[in-house]
Amino acid sequence: MSNETLYLVSFILVTAVATFLTRLMPFAFLGKHSNHPLAQHLGRYLPAGIMAVLVAIFLPRAAHWQTPVFGLDALLPAALVIVLHLWRRNALLSMLAGTICYMAIQQGVINLV
Amino acid sequence: MSEKNGLIALKVSLPVFFGYLPLGASFGVLFSTQLDYAWWIAPLMAVTIFAGSGQLLAVSLLVSFTGLTQVFIAMLLLNARHVFYGLSLLEAFKDAGWRKFYLIFGLTDETYSLLTSRARSEDKGREQQIDFLITLFNHAYWILGCGIGAWLGKNLTFDATGIEFALIALFIVLCIEQYKVLQSSFPIWVGAAAGLLSLLFFPESQQLLIAMLLICAVLFWQYPANKHRYKRRLIKESADEQ
Repeated sequence: MSNETLYLVSFILVTAVATFLTRLMPFAFLGKHSNHPLAQHLGRYLPAGIMAVLVAIFLPRAAHWQTPVFGLDALLPAALVIVLHLWRRNALLSMLAGTICYMAIQQGVINLV
Repeated sequence: MSEKNGLIALKVSLPVFFGYLPLGASFGVLFSTQLDYAWWIAPLMAVTIFAGSGQLLAVSLLVSFTGLTQVFIAMLLLNARHVFYGLSLLEAFKDAGWRKFYLIFGLTDETYSLLTSRARSEDKGREQQIDFLITLFNHAYWILGCGIGAWLGKNLTFDATGIEFALIALFIVLCIEQYKVLQSSFPIWVGAAAGLLSLLFFPESQQLLIAMLLICAVLFWQYPANKHRYKRRLIKESADEQ
């Protein structure tokens, strides 16, 4: 095995182990306490909170905040997803429409200004 | 029965197919345009690592021949949010036997979202089989996406600018689904505030982790006021069983 191949193989191994370890930790240390009220409390509210975090962090990153767009290039497609999903509650439809809208704006097919 | 489980898992996981294909493909394209390795190393990483942001970071670490200790620490920190994911699934994965190993391995952002948002019946064994299939399908979509992207990156070019929005759209949809399940928007406002705060005041690499720590802090803080509800529910459940 060449040095470069050895590095790549160990790299993949190290990355895989580190990723698995972080996912394993709560099960290894807290497995017996899954009935605890605190675990129930976190289990009930964490998922919604984490989803909101992912949106709050990634949506602004996908937008251009300079004049004259002011983030509308990502906020408009996001609003489309929200409205469509509240109206039809069809995950595929909401995502597809939002993504096509965003791509059209980013590629200049739709001009906001 | 098992065929029906497969159909349920396929339907639940389909949105992730449309999220993972472009996201996996963007990792694949990045991998094969930045590095000189064979294109099939990208899907191989999808098989063994199965982490979106982790694999994207891996490309830049590979480019600069980073030392393995540093790689290990960087991956632990980047994936630290997964520690919180398990918390809400402790009960669901309990006594899952051999499946539990794979369920934990495959607990990505998207798998986590699907498993915590979907409706569950009383039949725990069956629900764990469905959880397992959803994880397996997601893993397969991810491998496929990474493979296609890496192959395309080596062989042709097309304008896919903006396709990564599919993942943000997925998170928005899952947010709304969580709201419908909980009938409460409180955790969504906490999450949005935590996300925006860390976005404004912390470097990009730490934003996710800090926002998640903030949510946990808020949930711990308002736990004493809600404690009685869970205890009462537990007592009621055990009374029902008798």
